[in-house]
Amino acid sequence: MSTLIHKADQIVAAPTKQEFTITVYAENQIGLLVRIAIIFSRRKINIESINSSPCEIESISRFTLVIHETEEVVRKVCRQIEKQVEVLKVYYNTNDEIIWQELALYKVSTNEIAEKVKVERLLREYGARAVVIRKDYTVFEASGHREETDKLVDVLSEVGLIEFVRSARVAIIKASAGFHEKLREFEAEQPSEEVVENEYLNRNEEVFTM
Amino acid sequence: MSETLDILVEPTLKTAVATTTAEEVSLSGSRAVLEAFVAEGVDTIFGYPGGAIMPIYDALYDYHDKLKHILVRHEQGGIHAAQGYARSSGRVGVVFATSGPGATNLITGLADAMIDSTPLVCITGQVFAHLLGTDAFQEVDVLNITTPVTKWNYQVTDAKEIPAVLAKAFHIAKTGRPGPVLIDITKNAQLDKFAYHGYTKCNHIRSYRPKPIVRKEYIQQAAQLINEAKQPFVLFGQGVILGKAEKEFRTFIEKSGIPAAWTILGAGALPTDHPLNVGMLGMHGNYGPNVLTNECDVLIAIGMRFDDRVTGRLDKYAKQAKIIHLDIDPSEIDKNVKATVGVWGDCKETLPLLTELVTPRVYPQWVERFYTYRKIEEESLIEKELNPLVGQLTMGEVVHQLNALTKGDAIIVSDVGQHQMIACRYAKFNQSRSNITSGGAGTMGFALPAAIGAKFGAEDRPVVAIIGDGGIQMTIQEFGTIMQSGVNVKIIILNNQFLGMVRQWQQLFHDKRYSFVDIASPDYVMVAKGYGIPGNKVTERDELQKALQTMLDHDGSYLLEVMVGKEDNVFPMVPQGCSVSEIRLK
Repeated sequence: MSTLIHKADQIVAAPTKQEFTITVYAENQIGLLVRIAIIFSRRKINIESINSSPCEIESISRFTLVIHETEEVVRKVCRQIEKQVEVLKVYYNTNDEIIWQELALYKVSTNEIAEKVKVERLLREYGARAVVIRKDYTVFEASGHREETDKLVDVLSEVGLIEFVRSARVAIIKASAGFHEKLREFEAEQPSEEVVENEYLNRNEEVFTM
Repeated sequence: MSETLDILVEPTLKTAVATTTAEEVSLSGSRAVLEAFVAEGVDTIFGYPGGAIMPIYDALYDYHDKLKHILVRHEQGGIHAAQGYARSSGRVGVVFATSGPGATNLITGLADAMIDSTPLVCITGQVFAHLLGTDAFQEVDVLNITTPVTKWNYQVTDAKEIPAVLAKAFHIAKTGRPGPVLIDITKNAQLDKFAYHGYTKCNHIRSYRPKPIVRKEYIQQAAQLINEAKQPFVLFGQGVILGKAEKEFRTFIEKSGIPAAWTILGAGALPTDHPLNVGMLGMHGNYGPNVLTNECDVLIAIGMRFDDRVTGRLDKYAKQAKIIHLDIDPSEIDKNVKATVGVWGDCKETLPLLTELVTPRVYPQWVERFYTYRKIEEESLIEKELNPLVGQLTMGEVVHQLNALTKGDAIIVSDVGQHQMIACRYAKFNQSRSNITSGGAGTMGFALPAAIGAKFGAEDRPVVAIIGDGGIQMTIQEFGTIMQSGVNVKIIILNNQFLGMVRQWQQLFHDKRYSFVDIASPDYVMVAKGYGIPGNKVTERDELQKALQTMLDHDGSYLLEVMVGKEDNVFPMVPQGCSVSEIRLK
């Protein structure tokens, strides 16, 4: 639903902001995260979630970022990211175009939970599993969308949730054929040029100019 | 590499290499940096030594026959000089600075080069790798500070990385949309020796696509729009110059018959006197191009980025027109102005393809409209500015008389402010790479060092720096560089005893509340004399021409101070927040 804003002498519909997931394929290089982050911070855009991990191709990293913005801004930001030397490709998607998960860990007192909750039922209901069970505490793990992992927070808060942490979003694009296909396409379109022969080898006298 | 051979190789390398193969040569990181420069064809380096870059300077001592080093007086001067060199020569500018404050003094120049797409390779020294992150003496996190203002940057902590990193740096700086690259090298990496296998130029990086693939369907769509147009209009920018596509651009303009106007960085890509060159765009541009932007039916932007100083208010900018945008940087298309057809690519490649498809045309009535507006502008404004009969000297008449004497052959380097707009408006250019100014960043203090660099980049051309009394005082120390290097740069100071452009805005938009714009000046002729630069000061109209001639005839650098009207303004003007068609003549 668009919001109406007054602009000069006319009323125009303000572009709608929504959640976008940005996927960046890039060389694994020190400092690239800062370069990407700066593109958002200089435009005063908050990154809701950011994850970096290897992708299916060795040495290429996959960044997954979530922001809340209009599509026009997202498109422009993605072009700026793609302009970075180490970045190979950037995609942006709405939530219905991706499959995504976030991982959550919950630490509760073992005594409390044993006394007050039917643990088995709780695990089944929320798709959680126990990661660690000690005398003093138990750690559960659940994954899913934000609202799903939040529900378990609500339940466990009633039995003394000691600690809670949730990961950044990881996402798979439904329509993607994987990046290795794209990389092959890149190389076919713009193949690596013939590497210039090392014209200086065996020309020591000329090369070493001292 | 045995230790014995190491000792043999340095410092008597020449003898040692004669008895060994290239694969076995042991070289220090510093030497590897300089070998990379020699291999890349670098001839001039601007810089300032210091503790963390001392090994490179030590190695440079042995390269004086291959690499000329210009000792500047401040690192900011060094990077602006490298910018001037790059802009006048079309090659990569190179600058050295030490760690900490040396490196941070480069920031203004980096920002300037980044926004004006100037190819630079900056080398900064850094503390020993084992001291990184310890707040060591003169340690600054240069990489993170420079990230937003570099096209690429990298920190070298191991000497072995140097040849490949330098090769990558040059490739990135000069290809695609050019830009500044900074390589920060720790002291241990400069000192350490490694097995050197020669230098291989870089011509491909997997993740870097400098030139987008030209899509012919978009060229066809663009040609169709142009062929159907009744009042097409071309806006051209520095992309034409950076792409070395001046000839291709001229062929396109002459075949299509479309009038063309330029951004300040595009000045000179088409000679000023070309009949289809209808003038300058933007806030202080010409009357016709600004008004008629909002009347054309097809607007063809070539190698320009719709800067806000060009477009004025975006929601009233060329709304009636279909927009064709040719740019090498895909992120520029649709960034500020939505294109009907975006043509991604190097204009050296895209323009000939477009020219082939456009029908030869002339638009006499449409072109005449630009000349009609030119006439209005001339009568109400230009004539008074260039040929005043009474009153104090004007900035315009200085530039006008300079044009007459240099016949459009000089490289004009302007600083930032009123004089910059006057210089860009009225300087005549016969050839490309003649207008060097700080466009996007608007850096006061740019012109004096940039002029020094420009002269080293184009030694056979006269270089004239035009600077205001505010800007000159920002990098006046570079008189010392002129003195020591013996470079031949003519300096004109247009002194209106104010920070003129700020004062103009205060007059027009802040009820004449002249807040801190009244700037006092030293005796510039005396200051220059102290640095061994002769000079003269002109206050009267009848002395001007002779003084300019004396300056141009002098064999070596010369300073000419011209006292101009204190409260003269630069018009036309598109006031901030207005549409380009609301341009004011007074």
